[in-house]
Amino acid sequence: MVEELGTTTEGDLIINVGPQHPATHGVLHLVITLNGETIKKVEPHLGYIHRSIEKMCESLTYRQFIYVTSRMDYLSAHINNHACALCVEKGMQIEVPERAQVIRVLMDELTRIASHELWWGAMAMDLGAFTPFFHAFRERETINDIMEETCGARLTMNYMVPGGVMADLHPDFQKRVKAFISLYRSKIKEYDEMLTGNIIFQNRMKGVGYLSPEDAISYGCSGPAARGSGVSCDIRKLYPYEVYNKVQFEEVLETAGDSFARYMVRIREMNQSVSIIEQLIDNIPEGDYQAKTKAVLKLPKGEFYTRVETARGELGVYIVSEGATTPYRIKFRSPGFSNLSALDHMARGSKLGDLVAMMGTLDLVIPDIDR
Amino acid sequence: MELEELKTNITELLPAAAFEEGGEWLTVHVEPSAWAVFASQLRHTDSLFFDYLFCLTCVDWKTHLTMVYHLSSVKYRHNMVVKIKIDRNKPEIETVSNIWRTAEFHEREVYEMFGVQFINHPDLRLLILPDGWEGKKPLLKDFDDPVNMIKL
Repeated sequence: MVEELGTTTEGDLIINVGPQHPATHGVLHLVITLNGETIKKVEPHLGYIHRSIEKMCESLTYRQFIYVTSRMDYLSAHINNHACALCVEKGMQIEVPERAQVIRVLMDELTRIASHELWWGAMAMDLGAFTPFFHAFRERETINDIMEETCGARLTMNYMVPGGVMADLHPDFQKRVKAFISLYRSKIKEYDEMLTGNIIFQNRMKGVGYLSPEDAISYGCSGPAARGSGVSCDIRKLYPYEVYNKVQFEEVLETAGDSFARYMVRIREMNQSVSIIEQLIDNIPEGDYQAKTKAVLKLPKGEFYTRVETARGELGVYIVSEGATTPYRIKFRSPGFSNLSALDHMARGSKLGDLVAMMGTLDLVIPDIDR
Repeated sequence: MELEELKTNITELLPAAAFEEGGEWLTVHVEPSAWAVFASQLRHTDSLFFDYLFCLTCVDWKTHLTMVYHLSSVKYRHNMVVKIKIDRNKPEIETVSNIWRTAEFHEREVYEMFGVQFINHPDLRLLILPDGWEGKKPLLKDFDDPVNMIKL
């Protein structure tokens, strides 16, 4: 888009942020129209990491396509797999054993903590605070180690399969998770002391990137991005799946609608995730970790849609089946894609330096947006 | 709102609406010409109030294309699906980006992947595909890429 760059006839400056920019965390390309330092327009250009996952899935079987989805939102890999497994199970009417359900929820919540950790460290770094990154990664590393023991992978786990999970938990799983969460609560307090209460940080976040509840809904925002505006949209509460209706947790809502509110939603969500893990870790029922399923899955003719809550918001998996072993069409409604669409609206009239805070608190993961 | 009640309300708004049985949510088939007015009614009628468009996509059925809109109401927590059959050779439909802002991006994606023209869309350009992309639309069933592997 080089020909667009430069100064317009009205004296506005058009600049590129990305596709290679430290604050975009991936290959997001924004073309920004500036009047002085004030943003007049933000125009995202996508596709630098588009892998055509929806098209690829059309030629993969119902067991195979789940592995591709770990590569969408790689920070919520478990939850992506989970959504797909749920959708296939819905079509096949597979009953998932309770042990598998609990394992899945445990993994989801650990993933959510790990994802929020990375967001927290990276966002602080974008705003100029370098130390939080190391603290966040120290804790995230522990979760990755726990995942690695059970799933054999640290990032793209591919652990959830239709009918349950791929393998049983590692014998040390409970012990290590308990050790982690007993330590972790004090870490969240430490985060608050280090960053949340910092006056410079608060000044850069408060009142920045305001999104009204009506706009949040209209732009299709979900997850912490919408809950920061006071819109109740937690799929785990509204349309509970697995054992989410059996555990006690609170849907975190903040009403200010600015970057700081979105920040606080995620910080408070980490506490809720820890609480869910605490309730489940000693109550993993005995039994099978996988239901008995046919080797070749054939979904009946029809359409199936599942919604789950990833760390970034609502992920929808829409399968159109013609009764074959491969899906006729798959659509992934990714949370990041809709959340990004609100960025232009949010940023207009703000200063360029504040854009980093807005992008940070939208928690954009580019492979999730491009798919 | 319960399914039956929702059905009655929709029939009142649009007597020509055809319902599809068997889905998880209420599914309505609408004619393309009726869509713009009907969409606005779904959004603005107080008893329905579908303010959250959580998914917008298209399916290529080889003989025709079907637009699929998944709608939800944050206020009442009811969901519904709207399906619209459009001509595959000249795919055209009215935009809903003025009603649900999120549709602007979603429609751009459908435009480049399926070639659907959204009438009155404020900014119908390529979003994901590279500039100057020509030829077939990637998510149509007859698309084939000789260079990049997208099929097994």
